[in-house]
Amino acid sequence: MTDLNALHFTPEHEWISIDGDVATIGITDYAAEQLGDVVFVELPDIDSGVTAGQVVGEIESTKSVGELFAPMDGDIVGVNEAVVDDPSLVNSAPFEAGWLIKVRVATGELPAGLLDRAAYVALTGGAQ
Amino acid sequence: MTTASPSASGAAAPEPRFTPLRGIHEALGATFTDFGGWQMPVRYGSDLAEHRAVREAAGMFDISHMAEFLVTGHGAGAFLDYALAGTLSTLAVGRAKYSLLLADDGGIIDDVIVYCLGPEWYLVIANAGNRDAVAAAFAERVTRAPIAAAFGAEPLEGTMFLGGIVGGDLARVEDVSDACALIAVQGPRAREIIAAAEGLDASALDGLGYYAAAQSTFDGEPLLLARTGYTGEDGYELLVPNARAAQLWEALAVAGEPLGMLPAGLASRDTLRLEAGMPLYGHELSRDVLPAQAGLGRVVAQGEGEFVGREALLAAASDASRPVLVGLVAEGRRAGRAGYAVFDGETQVGEVTSGALSPTLGHPIAMAFVPPALAGEGTVLSIDVRGTKVPATVTALPFYRRKK
Repeated sequence: MTDLNALHFTPEHEWISIDGDVATIGITDYAAEQLGDVVFVELPDIDSGVTAGQVVGEIESTKSVGELFAPMDGDIVGVNEAVVDDPSLVNSAPFEAGWLIKVRVATGELPAGLLDRAAYVALTGGAQ
Repeated sequence: MTTASPSASGAAAPEPRFTPLRGIHEALGATFTDFGGWQMPVRYGSDLAEHRAVREAAGMFDISHMAEFLVTGHGAGAFLDYALAGTLSTLAVGRAKYSLLLADDGGIIDDVIVYCLGPEWYLVIANAGNRDAVAAAFAERVTRAPIAAAFGAEPLEGTMFLGGIVGGDLARVEDVSDACALIAVQGPRAREIIAAAEGLDASALDGLGYYAAAQSTFDGEPLLLARTGYTGEDGYELLVPNARAAQLWEALAVAGEPLGMLPAGLASRDTLRLEAGMPLYGHELSRDVLPAQAGLGRVVAQGEGEFVGREALLAAASDASRPVLVGLVAEGRRAGRAGYAVFDGETQVGEVTSGALSPTLGHPIAMAFVPPALAGEGTVLSIDVRGTKVPATVTALPFYRRKK
């Protein structure tokens, strides 16, 4: 199991796991639950450059559409094809098999303003 | 049973309302959403699983937010003939009919189901969000209804005409929404589940046809069993006093669980009704839509009888320019959704009213209003899905039809 306390979170309901200068990014359990069953995921092309705040993908459920934001400047170095084939992974394993993109972080450092798990849970009004 | 005047719900402060089944939904882990001022379950777990359960086994919905009106007394049938767009006075006891409440200009105030429960005794089920509008229209139309209609109603053959004892009274309309809970059990196994529910007198199931209703009992209390629904499947809607709602839900859940029934929320209810091509007020139906535009011309009485909106509909009958509702199907998995623009080439010609990736069919489906010239089956249009034009072909409704 992923240690959720080791992850960083954005107010846009994304999580970031950093390994060296590569960040793995997905949407949170809360976001997945709010969306409902995810039925379609569109992800960016590998090797495309992205800037912080840019919309780089879409996560669609039966009832709504969520946008995937790049949390930082960098280059897309990986996309999760398994999620494109089986979008339900976003619901069943949002922090693991349901990851979405990998970004090589331009500055080598995470942006400011990220939340830890406790702060993120507080943001979504939930208790653990 | 207590009743509240319609004005009680029309207060300015929009306190979210909950049905008597709130505790059960919370215990089941439901996610809630606002619907017509009510906090209703949107899903319990997976909305796709709930959708599939209704198509393949059964689903159970709390629809207690819906509004119920009793229309009784001498002239009740004639009053409904005037107040609604269809002919209800000829409805046989125990039968139900889909109808429309129109404004003077022919626009749709609400779509309703009318159940004839006895001679001059009708139940009208309306949308939660339109409760006040329906109550206001009924209250106003009781006094506006042609007095001749109130006196002239002929007793139905073979009925005892109990309602006529005080002859000459106007029909009485009573908003009983706050006293009633409504639970829908929908799907191919719905009948088995109702038959197996502990405490429910299931003898009313015998001979109960589609769009029919019968009195029954649950734990000694009255229960109305109606074979109606909003999913495209066979199914039932059960009306009980609020105090019995939780007990009835539990009895149905126990009976349904071994047969694959799931509790189901509004998310699946919406995709189910969309597949079945059924309109949703506020999406396909509104004050700006005439019945014929939404494909509901068949619901409107064609005789000489007067009803509110009739003159406007007659005047509009020759106007062939108004957009009409069509079904659209697309390939791939990117669904056009409510509010997305519909294009013919480079020209915007309409707007999607409801759309989703159909869980049953596996491709996007949508309903949209387009000009009549573009409404022919097979016409290829496109939907602007967030900047990408996705080809969409006009198709006959419904998208999904259950196997008989």
